[in-house]
Amino acid sequence: MSRIIEIDPVTRIEGHAKITLHLDDNEEVQDARLHITQFRGFEKFVEGRPFHEMPSLMARICGICPVSHLVASAKACDALMAVRVPETGVLLRKFMNLAQIVQSHALSFFHLSSPDLLLGLDSDPAKRNILGLAAVNPAVARDGIALRRFGQKAIELLGGRRVHPAWIVPGGVSSPLTAENRDALRASLPEAFAIAERTLEWFVPLMPRFVEEIRTLGQFPSHYMAMLDENGRWEHYAGKLAVVNPQGKIVREIESARYQDVIGEAVEDWSYLKFPYYKHLGYPDGLYRVGPLARLNAAKGFGTPKADHAFAEYRKMENGPVTSSFHQHYGRLVEILGALEEMQAILDDPRILDTRVRAEAGANASEGVGMSEAPRGTLIHHYKIDDRGLITWANLIIATGHNNLAMNKGILQAAKIYVKAGKLQEGMLNRVEAVIRSYDPCLSCSTHAAGAMPLHIQLVAPGGAVLDELRRGA
Amino acid sequence: MSPAAPGVVTFVMDGKDVSARADQTVLAVAREHNVAIPTLCALEGLSTVGACRLCLVEIAGSPKLQPACVLKATEGLNVSTRSERLDKYRKMIVELLLSERNHVCSVCVSNGHCDLQSLAQSLGIDHVRFPYLYPSFAVDASHARFTLDHNRCVLCTRCVRVCDEVEGAHTWDVMGRGIRSQVITGLKQPWGESESCTTCGKCVQVCPTGALSEKGKSVAEMRKRRDFLPYLTQMREEHA
Ligand code: FES
Repeated sequence: MSRIIEIDPVTRIEGHAKITLHLDDNEEVQDARLHITQFRGFEKFVEGRPFHEMPSLMARICGICPVSHLVASAKACDALMAVRVPETGVLLRKFMNLAQIVQSHALSFFHLSSPDLLLGLDSDPAKRNILGLAAVNPAVARDGIALRRFGQKAIELLGGRRVHPAWIVPGGVSSPLTAENRDALRASLPEAFAIAERTLEWFVPLMPRFVEEIRTLGQFPSHYMAMLDENGRWEHYAGKLAVVNPQGKIVREIESARYQDVIGEAVEDWSYLKFPYYKHLGYPDGLYRVGPLARLNAAKGFGTPKADHAFAEYRKMENGPVTSSFHQHYGRLVEILGALEEMQAILDDPRILDTRVRAEAGANASEGVGMSEAPRGTLIHHYKIDDRGLITWANLIIATGHNNLAMNKGILQAAKIYVKAGKLQEGMLNRVEAVIRSYDPCLSCSTHAAGAMPLHIQLVAPGGAVLDELRRGA
Repeated sequence: MSPAAPGVVTFVMDGKDVSARADQTVLAVAREHNVAIPTLCALEGLSTVGACRLCLVEIAGSPKLQPACVLKATEGLNVSTRSERLDKYRKMIVELLLSERNHVCSVCVSNGHCDLQSLAQSLGIDHVRFPYLYPSFAVDASHARFTLDHNRCVLCTRCVRVCDEVEGAHTWDVMGRGIRSQVITGLKQPWGESESCTTCGKCVQVCPTGALSEKGKSVAEMRKRRDFLPYLTQMREEHA
C-alpha cells in the first residue's frame, strides 16, 4: 500500500483542526490524533528579554485569555523578585482573573456552545452561531452578550483596556482602584448574578436531552488537576495544585513551584502542542484533565452560598467525580456564580481602595514559577533568569496542553462510534467538534467565526494510506 | 524695503515671510511659528548632528534637500517644509528605521510614549514596505538601574551627546559604520562595568524609544522626563 502524505496549506493558515484516525488490522480505530500545526515559539523568543517585560509579552499568547497569562506570568515574576505582593494588589489581581473567567466562560457557553445545545448538533452550520441562536431564543443570546460584556467591562475598568491590559505587573498591579470605579463595578454585579442564576435554571432541566452527548463526549474516568485553597475549596489564584484520582480522592497536593514533581512533558512529532502527563503513571497512561470539570471534581465547594448550592446540585449527578467532558458546560455556569460571589466579596473588602498595590524589586531569585487557574484550566509559567534579570529559559504549560491527551482520547471515543467498515460516517464532524469544544481549547475560539469549526479528518490504514477523508471549511 | 536690522534676517517659509535672528536654525524658526517639522535626532539643549534626516526641507532654486535642524536662517531663503516629495522621504526614513531593528510596540516599555511610534503615526505609516532585517541583539542589563536594548535603538545619538555635553562623562559613543553602527558604553564594555558612567540617567530620559529604560518598568510604563534639559542649559548659560 502506498503512503499518502498530504501537505495541506489550508490547515496551517486558517487554523483548521486536523485529525487523523488510525485503524488497526481489524479495521478498528485504535488511535486518534489531533494535530496542532501552528508553531508559536514563545518559550524560545523570550530568551534574553528583561523579566519585567514578561507578563505583557506573555499576554500576547492569547487574545481570548490574555489576563490569565498576565496573572501566571506576573506570579512567576513575583517569585523572581522574591517579594510579597501587597494585599490590595492581590485582591485586584484576583478580581481581574475572576472577571476573565466570567467573560471567557460566557463566551464558551453562550457564543460557542449554546448554539449546539439549543439548536442541535446537526442543525445548519450557517445558523449554528450566536446570531442563529438570537433568532430562535433572543433572551438567551442577549444574556450571553450581556454577561460577556460585564466581564470585559470589569477588565477594562481596572486595566484601562479590554484586551491586553498591561495593568498586572511583576510585584502587583500598576494602579489602584478608584472609588468611582469600585462603585461602577458594584453596580454592574446584580445583572450578572441574575443572568448566571436564570441560565442555570433553564439549562439544568435540559440535561435529560443530552444523555447521548453525556455518554459519548469525553466520558471516561481519569485523573484531574486543579488548584485548591488551604481549606480544599475552589481556587483560581493562590493555593496548591491538587491531583485527584479517578475515584475522586486527592492523592497529591503540591506547591506550585514543585509542579515538575507531578507533571512530566512529552512531545510527539505530529503536533506542536506538548503532552503533559501525570508522572506517577508515566506517558501516555498519565492522562489527566484540567478545567471546570477537574476543578469541580477537586474542590469541596466554594465557601459562598449561591455557588455552594449550585455546586451541590452539580455533584449530585454522579456518585463520585463527574466524568463526562460534556458537563464542563454545566460546570462553567457553576463557576460563573462562584466567581461573581468572590468578586462581590472583594469589592466589599475595605482594603480594596488602598493605594499600596505594588512591590518593587529587582532580580532576587534565579527561578520562579507562577500558577493560576485560567478559564480552561491550570496555567503554569516557569522562568529562569541570569544574575542581570534576563530570561535564560522559560517553560509554559497551558490548559489546552494539559488536556491534550484527554482530547485525543475523547476524539478516539467518538471515532469508535462513528467509523464503520473503514468509512467515516455522517455526523462524525459535528460529534468530533463537540468533543473538542467541550474543552473550549483556544483553537475552537479562534476558528469559530463562521459557526462551524473548520475540520479535516483523515482515516488512516495501518500502512499509512488514507482510506477516507472528511473536510469542512471555515 | 529698508535693509534688515543687523543680525535679523527675513526669509520665506511655506510661502510666508518670516523674520529670525541670523543664528537661528530654520527648525527653531518653524517651531516659533507653529510649523510642524518632524524630527528625531534633534533635541533642544543638545548640539545638532543632522543625523536622522527627518527634518529635511526643500529650498527654492536648489535640487538638494537640507536638514532644518542644521540649516541656518539666511536672508532671502525660500523653504518649503511640506511637499509630496518630503512626505515620501520622511515615510521612507521611518520605515527603514523600523525595518533595521526589532521594534515591537505592543510589548515595548515605551509603548504609547515613544517618539518613533508617534512619528510613524503622524506620518500615517501602517505598514513597512521594506523587508525586516531581524538582527539579533542581546539586551545589556548589566547596569544596576538601567537597561540598554539595541533592538529598539535608532542611532539618533541623543544619549551620546547628552552624556558628553551635559553630564560631561562621555560614557557613550558610537562604533561601527552605516547599518552596523551601534551605541556603546566605555570601550564596548557592559554598561554596568563602565567607570565613567555616573548613573545620572540623562541618556535614558532623552532616548526617543525604549532602547534605554529604567529597570523594573513593565510594558508601556516608561515615560521619559526631559524637562531638565532646557532648564540645565538655560541655567548654565546664565551662570557662564
Ligand atoms: S532632526 Fe534634523 S536631522 Fe534629525
